[in-house]
Amino acid sequence: MMEAAILKVRGITKTFPGVKALDDVSFDIQPGEVHALVGENGAGKSTLMKVLAGLYKPDGGEIVYQGAPTQVAGPLDARQKGILLIHQELSLSPELSVAENIYLGAWPTNRFGVLKKRELRRNASAALDALGCGFGPDVRVGTLSVAMQQMVEIARAEAFSANVVIFDEPTASLTDTEKDQLFHTIRGLKERGVGIVYISHKMDEIFDITDRITVLRDGQVQGTVDTCDTDLNRVTRMMIGRTLDAYFVKAKAEFGSEVLRVEGLSKSGLFDDVSFSVKEGEVLGLYGLVGAGRSEVVETIFGVRRADAGRLFWKEGRIDLPTPRQSIDMGMALVPESRKEQGLVLMMGGRENTSLPHLRLFSEVSIMNKPRELAVFEKYRSALSIKTTGPDQAVSQLSGGNQQKFVLAKWLCADPKLIILDEPTRGIDVGSKSAIHELIADLAERGLAVIVISSEMPEVLGVSHRVLAMSEGAVVAEFEGDALTEEHLIDAVSHHRGEAAA
Amino acid sequence: MRQTMNGVLRRHGLVLAFLVFLAGVALNAEAFLTPGNILDVLRQVSITGMMALGVTFVVLTGRLDLSVGSLLTLLTVIVVDQHNIAGPFPAIVMTLAAGLAVGALNGLLVGFVGLNALIVTLAMLSFLQGLVLFYSGGSNVNVQNAQETWFAVFGRGDFLGLPVPVILFLVGAVVAGLVLQFTSFGRRVYGVGGNETASIFSGIDARWTVFWTYVVSGFTTGVAAIIMGSRVMGAQNTIGQGYELTVLAGVILGGTSLLGGSGSVWRTVIGISMLGFIQNGLLLLGFAYYVQWLVTWAVIIIAVWIDLGAKRGRILA
Repeated sequence: MMEAAILKVRGITKTFPGVKALDDVSFDIQPGEVHALVGENGAGKSTLMKVLAGLYKPDGGEIVYQGAPTQVAGPLDARQKGILLIHQELSLSPELSVAENIYLGAWPTNRFGVLKKRELRRNASAALDALGCGFGPDVRVGTLSVAMQQMVEIARAEAFSANVVIFDEPTASLTDTEKDQLFHTIRGLKERGVGIVYISHKMDEIFDITDRITVLRDGQVQGTVDTCDTDLNRVTRMMIGRTLDAYFVKAKAEFGSEVLRVEGLSKSGLFDDVSFSVKEGEVLGLYGLVGAGRSEVVETIFGVRRADAGRLFWKEGRIDLPTPRQSIDMGMALVPESRKEQGLVLMMGGRENTSLPHLRLFSEVSIMNKPRELAVFEKYRSALSIKTTGPDQAVSQLSGGNQQKFVLAKWLCADPKLIILDEPTRGIDVGSKSAIHELIADLAERGLAVIVISSEMPEVLGVSHRVLAMSEGAVVAEFEGDALTEEHLIDAVSHHRGEAAA
Repeated sequence: MRQTMNGVLRRHGLVLAFLVFLAGVALNAEAFLTPGNILDVLRQVSITGMMALGVTFVVLTGRLDLSVGSLLTLLTVIVVDQHNIAGPFPAIVMTLAAGLAVGALNGLLVGFVGLNALIVTLAMLSFLQGLVLFYSGGSNVNVQNAQETWFAVFGRGDFLGLPVPVILFLVGAVVAGLVLQFTSFGRRVYGVGGNETASIFSGIDARWTVFWTYVVSGFTTGVAAIIMGSRVMGAQNTIGQGYELTVLAGVILGGTSLLGGSGSVWRTVIGISMLGFIQNGLLLLGFAYYVQWLVTWAVIIIAVWIDLGAKRGRILA
């Protein structure tokens, strides 16, 4: 079993002001293995990855690469040594060709600095062929799909004869088919003896593709296990220090009066004739595949989009389609799908983000009441156990889970009557995820009406009392009680799609 | 954190370079650091500075106002001409009203119609230049009773040993700073500049927020025009030419980001003052006045470079 490890990390330590991001971290990568690096957001995965790729210089410890202690000077140096990092956000130049991108920053040139185009093309072509890519070296990268662009990055592994390839959340924006292709490619790299580090939040993928799993928590290695000898429960326990049992909590089904009713809401090209209602204390799930129109529907109800037709009833009274300001003042809250683009002003701190939707509540004759802001900030910091150094630490510096908690804080602090959560746990760590699930149940039990949109079926089934299945802009089915099962939902969504296609 | 330290160092590097420049000028031109010269610089700065206060609001939302230079010309012509026709008080009211109106028009086109700020205000710059000539018929105007009018107080007066324009600028800066730091309007400005989409999702009407920043910019340029008219006691058709760039350079030099969402009034006060001393120093060293245009170029490039460098550092690390 123990061949000579291709890359060994020995006692790496990295400290940022106030945080020990990596604390005596050691692990190794064997040739031809896929090694998962898992942990909650803020556990130190990204830092470790950046140390390996030469973006950070560690404070202590050493990297032993191919048997010799090595200093990595930067990303290009790492690449030339044979360590390749494939980022979540791809590092490609859309206006350049595939070949130029593969060798980005390390183009073959003659002694006058002129690009050797033929050599570039030939080498790039060989790398693409080795991976079985369906496109040539001359295509402009901007015209390729995300999955194909990822292949261009992976082609660098061939082109630079990489020995170690690090994947950071590689499937974040891939479809299922594209994911299968990616895994096929990863297995190909593996057969050729490349050591692969695979970082992901998606546990099913981890168990599908990896050979060993190293778990990080708070900058320390919790252990390395063989994938075939472990299970989800055990890995999760290592990550968060407890088991999955408390993963989903459903609120008691005690409903009050109707809070919101939607009738015949339509917007051409997006959704058609959507009707539903939600009561106090009820958690209504909105399930559907990406593109089903779920976000568009709730954004229209909230008022950031305009509808063509439809009627809204708030507490059984007819209202005009509101503006976001009116929605908020009525007691509606929308935790949007994308926290970085729609949810937060990243350069502001938690305090200012929290008060942003309610400036009138936090001010007297337009003068901001800072003590009140601080009090509310502190209240939610402890209630949601948000990890931040202070009220004015820019939220851009926080982990995804902590950012999402501030998005929740900014909506909860004004005591809404209805809260709409659009993909509330996307891209956040397991610990924050279950905290948010508990919060949803808690809110419903306090009498709020809750609408949850999620693409994760276990989540939607786990938290909702009732689920609407949406497909291609229409509500196709509604389930509650015992009918609330995975099979029914899949059936509803796929059946309708089949019908529409026929 | 490390990046922030880096940014501070870079910024201090700029301040350091400025101090070296000051020392260099002081050694070669003994008039430079005399109270008289410093007050002169501050008088000059009070006009561009007053304009820069309003432009800071606009830039904080991530937009631009390049119309302020020719707006200054137009408003100075108006205040001087109307002073002769209607008297000082109506002239002042009309000037401020015209400034507000032009600001509102910019705000309407950028905020509500959603046109590109650069194009809208550049076009406005051209339009106002034409309007100046239309209004004045191409001739310069002068205040006829310059020796008697109380209108002189804005540009030439002193109060407690400080020039009135400087006092106006400082009071304006304090008010603008308080508005940005402590009011809900200020918070909306930073919100829209920092992330417009998230602000809209938070119920903030970005259109009105942008609109009002242009109105503020029109107003401060109106006050600047009153100071200018009072100081010169006349107005040429080119009196504000190029001011839009000086003002923008001052705002950027202070470190307010062109991308919006970060910056402040005190940064603008520092930036525009540094620019004033640099230009004055160059004159005292015997350079021709147009050298300051070359320097403005360099200052804009360096300041934007630093802004970008700080951001790039953040992405890399």
